[in-house]
Amino acid sequence: MARAVTSRVKLINTAAAWFVALLIFFPILYTIVTSLKTEAEAIAGFNLIPSFSFESYVAVQTQNDYLKPFMNSVILAVGSTILALIVAIPSAWAMAFSPTRRTKDILMWMLSTKMMPAVAVLVPIYLIFLRTGLMDTRIGLVIMLMLINLPIVIWMLYTYFREIPGEILEAARMDGASLWGEIWYVLTPMAVPGIASTMLLNVILAWNESFWTIQLTTTNAAPLTAFIASFSSPQGLFWAKLSAASTLAIAPILIMGWFSQKQLVRGLTFGAVK
Amino acid sequence: MATRETAKLARIMRAPSIILLLIWMIVPLGMTLYFSFLNYNLLTPGQTSWAGFFNYSYFYTDPAFFQAIWNTLVLVLGVLLITVLGGIAIALLIDQPMFGQGIVRILVISPFFVMPPVAALIWKNMIMNPSYGVFADIARFVGANPVDWFAQYPLFSIIIIVAWQWLPFATLILLTALQSLDGEQKEAAEMDGAGFLSRFIHLTLPHMARAITVVILIQTIFLLGIYAEILVTTNGGPGYASTNLVFLIYRAARLNFDIGGAAAGGIIAVVLANFVAFFLMRAVGKNLD
Amino acid sequence: MKNYTLILWAASSLAMAASAGAQEITIATVNNGDMIRMQALTDEFNALHPDITLSWVTLEENILRERVTTDIATQGGQYDILTIGNYEVPIWGKQGWLVPLEFDDAYEVDDLLPAIRGGLTVDGQLYAAPFYGESAFLMYRTDLMEKAGLTMPESPTWEFIGEAARAMTDRSADINGICLRGKAGWGENMALIGSMANSFGARWFDENWTPQFDQPEWQEALQFYADLMKDAGPAGASSAGFNENLTLFQQGKCGIWIDATSAGSFVSNPEDSTVADSVGYTIFPNKDGIDNHGNWLWSWNFAIPTSSTHQEAAKTFITWATDRAYTELVASKEGWANVPPGTRTSLYENQAYLDAAAFSDEAKAAMDTADITKPTVQPVPYTGGQFVSIPEFQGIGTSVGQIFSAVVAGQTSVDDALAQAQSLTTREMTRAGYIQ
Repeated sequence: MARAVTSRVKLINTAAAWFVALLIFFPILYTIVTSLKTEAEAIAGFNLIPSFSFESYVAVQTQNDYLKPFMNSVILAVGSTILALIVAIPSAWAMAFSPTRRTKDILMWMLSTKMMPAVAVLVPIYLIFLRTGLMDTRIGLVIMLMLINLPIVIWMLYTYFREIPGEILEAARMDGASLWGEIWYVLTPMAVPGIASTMLLNVILAWNESFWTIQLTTTNAAPLTAFIASFSSPQGLFWAKLSAASTLAIAPILIMGWFSQKQLVRGLTFGAVK
Repeated sequence: MATRETAKLARIMRAPSIILLLIWMIVPLGMTLYFSFLNYNLLTPGQTSWAGFFNYSYFYTDPAFFQAIWNTLVLVLGVLLITVLGGIAIALLIDQPMFGQGIVRILVISPFFVMPPVAALIWKNMIMNPSYGVFADIARFVGANPVDWFAQYPLFSIIIIVAWQWLPFATLILLTALQSLDGEQKEAAEMDGAGFLSRFIHLTLPHMARAITVVILIQTIFLLGIYAEILVTTNGGPGYASTNLVFLIYRAARLNFDIGGAAAGGIIAVVLANFVAFFLMRAVGKNLD
Repeated sequence: MKNYTLILWAASSLAMAASAGAQEITIATVNNGDMIRMQALTDEFNALHPDITLSWVTLEENILRERVTTDIATQGGQYDILTIGNYEVPIWGKQGWLVPLEFDDAYEVDDLLPAIRGGLTVDGQLYAAPFYGESAFLMYRTDLMEKAGLTMPESPTWEFIGEAARAMTDRSADINGICLRGKAGWGENMALIGSMANSFGARWFDENWTPQFDQPEWQEALQFYADLMKDAGPAGASSAGFNENLTLFQQGKCGIWIDATSAGSFVSNPEDSTVADSVGYTIFPNKDGIDNHGNWLWSWNFAIPTSSTHQEAAKTFITWATDRAYTELVASKEGWANVPPGTRTSLYENQAYLDAAAFSDEAKAAMDTADITKPTVQPVPYTGGQFVSIPEFQGIGTSVGQIFSAVVAGQTSVDDALAQAQSLTTREMTRAGYIQ
């Protein structure tokens, strides 16, 4: 697009865009800034320059044992992603490379399970978890998170696998490769980027899931979502501590998110927008 | 490639996910349906009895029920309005030539990755708090009285928080669609003398129509299920001013221990969601070919 | 190689020996100051009972109630010790969900305050051990009262409090004449509003279980509360509970605070409270002519669900935590002003405690006069001062609390709120079978 753009126009665009961007980012920025203040500073009034005190980060661990919910979030996000991949990869594989007449219907049906409102099954799931002893266990939540994100994972993998050209497979077969060889040496290297992208998105979705992680946990398996939610009515002054807890909770996912913009678009629109 | 051998293998590979999702869909939903016809309160388990459609009528005559349905609709439409209009505007802005476009993108998409409880607490305590929040500071600076957001405008406050979280998603999708607009078409239109507005209405917007549809439908699915933001800020109050359908059912189930009533509410939520799902599937289904 | 195996064997047998008889008990409790102190003293307990490990589940009050109730109703067995109030104890004791508690003589069970003990006894059997008891009283800033030229009478009427609060209010200095609970919840704002209503001569239900929100007494009480909050209450009051008001008072932003007697130890603690030396205490107000001071009586108690598999160990812990020796332990570590109050008569005969806790006289007086068997001036079919001891009250109380919180938020008028409360409560009580 060879169009001469005056640098004046470019500067105006830059100013406008940066203004809007900073406005949107402001709550996050302010939280990070406040996490570096002392509690007294935090309620003293609007101030963008903190004293760079790390006492809140220390307090968040010593007073509230932050590490436990943090580790739970990690375990749940990673665990459910691995479990989802184990189930989804063969499925997406089969549907991408051996499609049948019903493949389209099956995919649409999987999509529809994602649209069932979680609250509709709150009662039976809650009771099942109670009776089977899965309540407040990490394994129970890993299974739940796997189930609710499975449709997205399968869809994403399906759209990635479909992009792998079939000619390469045929070429490999004509060269005498076995089915296993076909899969391992030819297809897998081409599928890895797609699988990695799907993993990234699933980790983000699982980390941020805030319905079942709150309903089905009390303390043992409570991840950061439940932990932070319990800060809604604390005793004593707490703003700097809340900011520290929040910053730690969102930092990993924020960074991962910055790298996963494309995956987000593909995954959450079920491939409808690329 | 689909030989009989690979076809059988394919069926085996598909099976686990299909079976899991089948069980996941049927069993809990079936149980909910069953419970909805029972008088079952967890606190008085010995008095469980058959209730027929009583739970549905009781839920329906609950003064909070219509308020909750209304709130749900207002919440969804409010967020959609802000995110779609805002998303288009910001996408257009970011698409312009500028310095540091990459960083602008990163800043703009950040709210989407903040987990809902954190987003809600940040807004509740740091920004909207009438004593210590940023909005209160601004109000005092211009000499006005600070607004007690969650007391005076509870639903609106929640709409703001959720819209802040979803604006990045809409912006990103719309920006992606925008950037796929053929540069040559734009230039041709310009050379034909079409002004910015005319170009926007007749060229850009139709091109983005599909993306806008997808944004609306995807977001609606998620917005129908807003929960954490309400739990952490207003708890549905004051009164029922910020109670949506999800929260109403959550209260029935977890706070009143009314299993039967909550189940009936759940079935109603499913019916509502099915309306939306129907349209989404049509739009996405087109992509499969 | 051989040495290594030997060491491994030795280590594992040591581990096995240590764990033989080791039990872990899970305690579900509330996140208030006394419980945080108790958790900090876990080592002391372990010194006496090394074979019992304590696993603490600390939750905010509303969440705690919900989790604990669900667990016990479904016989979930997640917890070995429940921290519940004197609301749940009689109901669950009667349903056979709690283990009856028998103590030996060393425990001195007769030392327990009669009002408290009575609230935990069903058919002569004790079902929970209290570790904390409270009534409600009025705390005020002596300096602000002086500045307003007023003297706090020994038994203030609500009319006087209304005057005093409005006189002390100074919005420009961020001083609120009075801070009262506004946050929705049957144990939050309804505890205060319920007691207030009692002291205005109102009652929840008449002898036929008909809700009484349409009666003049409730009208007067709620109108007074709403007007007072508007004129002299803090901003954001509709989401302010005990914790929020405590912070406000400690920072000097409240002229008067009517709430639980336990607040006394927090507002008089110079470490957290900026106004620690200017606090006065007096009895819960009443409407002029009504002989009722609210009858707020609450105890946090430890109970053992019948689904627990470690009942003996649980009982050992409960005995330790509610014994006289425990209060002495806390006193030795944190001073007498910080011991959990309101459970034993001996505490109020202890001069060291009476000296350290400036509010102890008023607190004990409040507890002695609280009669939850006869909470209102008019006859009622229920017991309970700031609550109603029926299982349905949890749901009803919270819903009504939501409605009344909306009044404070300026979202509903007093008349509308009372009408909504009346229809909602009638609906629920009819469904539950109380009203035919």
